[in-house]
Amino acid sequence: MKHVPDATADRTFTEEGETDRESVDSLLSELDEYAVEQALRIAESGVDAEISYLTVGPDDAKDALRKALAMGGDSATHVSDEDIEGSDAFGTSLVLARAIERHGFDLVLCGMASTDGTMGVVPALLAERLGVPAVTHVEELTVEDGTVTGRREGDSATVRVRGTLPAVVSVTDRSGDARYPSFKGIMAAKKKPLETLDLANLGIDAGQVGRTGARSAVDTATRRPPRSKGEIVADDGVGGAGLAAFLTARKFA
Amino acid sequence: MAEILVLVDHTDGVVRKPTLELLTLARRLGEPSAVFLGRDADSATEALGRYGAHKVYVVDAPEVDELLVTPAVDALTQIAENTGPAAILLPSNPDGKETAARVALRLESGLITDAVDIVVGGNGPVTEQSAFAATYQVTAHVTRGIPVITVKPNAAAPEPAPVTPEIEKWDVTFGPASAAAKVLSRSPRERGDRPELTEADVVVSGGRGVNGAENFAVIERVADTLGAAVGASRAAVDAGWYPHSHQVGQTGTQVSPQLYLAAGISGAIQHRAGMQTSKTIVAVNKDQDAPIFELADYGVVGDLFQVLPQLVEEIERRRS
Repeated sequence: MKHVPDATADRTFTEEGETDRESVDSLLSELDEYAVEQALRIAESGVDAEISYLTVGPDDAKDALRKALAMGGDSATHVSDEDIEGSDAFGTSLVLARAIERHGFDLVLCGMASTDGTMGVVPALLAERLGVPAVTHVEELTVEDGTVTGRREGDSATVRVRGTLPAVVSVTDRSGDARYPSFKGIMAAKKKPLETLDLANLGIDAGQVGRTGARSAVDTATRRPPRSKGEIVADDGVGGAGLAAFLTARKFA
Repeated sequence: MAEILVLVDHTDGVVRKPTLELLTLARRLGEPSAVFLGRDADSATEALGRYGAHKVYVVDAPEVDELLVTPAVDALTQIAENTGPAAILLPSNPDGKETAARVALRLESGLITDAVDIVVGGNGPVTEQSAFAATYQVTAHVTRGIPVITVKPNAAAPEPAPVTPEIEKWDVTFGPASAAAKVLSRSPRERGDRPELTEADVVVSGGRGVNGAENFAVIERVADTLGAAVGASRAAVDAGWYPHSHQVGQTGTQVSPQLYLAAGISGAIQHRAGMQTSKTIVAVNKDQDAPIFELADYGVVGDLFQVLPQLVEEIERRRS
């Protein structure tokens, strides 16, 4: 799970070129809700499953876990450590992989990307670090007989892929609408176990993560100038012809 | 001159346009070498040479088709370990990004995804990216190892620079198949006469205002008149009016064409995130308060079923 700045708000960068988490409210990344939904559906399909959520982030990242727990599931782990701040995808995936190994797993479900960084590489990095198959970007998934099968819509082809468990799976926003937490769910979530870990618990040196461990650096982050006000005309019967003239003048027609 | 590795994106040996863009960008940084996985390398070599690939590393093995992503990771990592390139460039699609991340992890190198431009800097390549629904422009560089960079389509116009490439066949040692996802089947998407969404110079998209699958013919007619690809908003896709593969937006395809024409699309933040970097934006919408008009270089407040047919008619009249 990732706790991210609200994508509908005006998001900004700090002077260090990092996401400003102070200026806007954060919430559970919308794309991760689809992973929660798939986990719940697998458990509801009759598989004997225990669902545990995991997030890395500052204190309020716990809110993302509470939201997921309110949708369903059993327990959650929050990894929080000042030294993690400023981590890139490599640092984040190291922390996640160690926490996953500590807990033990059959299936790691992820959203296809976070709605803030939008790199979409953490699932693949987790699979690489854990040494298990990655069934990524799937719109449809089936778990049976120790395997996970998914349908993946690529740029030029539809591909069906299968991995043996344990595996890492990432699901797209086409995998199925995520449910809303019920009032009962929200109340129940308050009682579900939520464990907090730091880097020492995971045996990770501070230098491997955070800004020190990061392998790339932002040089500049500048707000794009607003687009200059365009010409907006009301259609008075010749709107299409006017548009044709505009496109012709710009050499598009 | 420093060697730059470029992973080739192709369908049965037909090199896709984003690869030609990568070769063009790679020439700014050094001497491009293409890494080709699969059969039909011969037919691709000509195109790769035309855009400046001095070398083509060819990896032809059954694993390439049988496993997802990992064969490309094994290949690129092993070639990079042997050749010590100054950078590795890949296309910014799901496969390209996942390959890039794993290669960077194995090479203990840094990664930048979704670059829209690359220039030479004092400490290696400097990339430009769009962030937060394209409201920010970010420049960045890799601080460790061989820079691994994925580049979005349309980041550069492909420029020919013909050379005759040297072909080098590579025997890659593939990792255990048990740690990989196996490909059960691949069904190529039927390609129409229209350009692909990611590669098109012009995209014409329809949204909620199109109000029905059959009405998308109006959008397609405009697209065909302008030689454009057809896009659709999430609302139109969710309603089942147009296939998901055409969805433009944060979670669909992100496009950056020369011209983006949005018809019947209000311009929710998720849609804007997918098209805001288009060079020229045109909007047609009944609602004068639609947020899409804030982005538009030219907007018509009106009924798309009146405006678009007239647009087509007028263009055809001007042409004849």
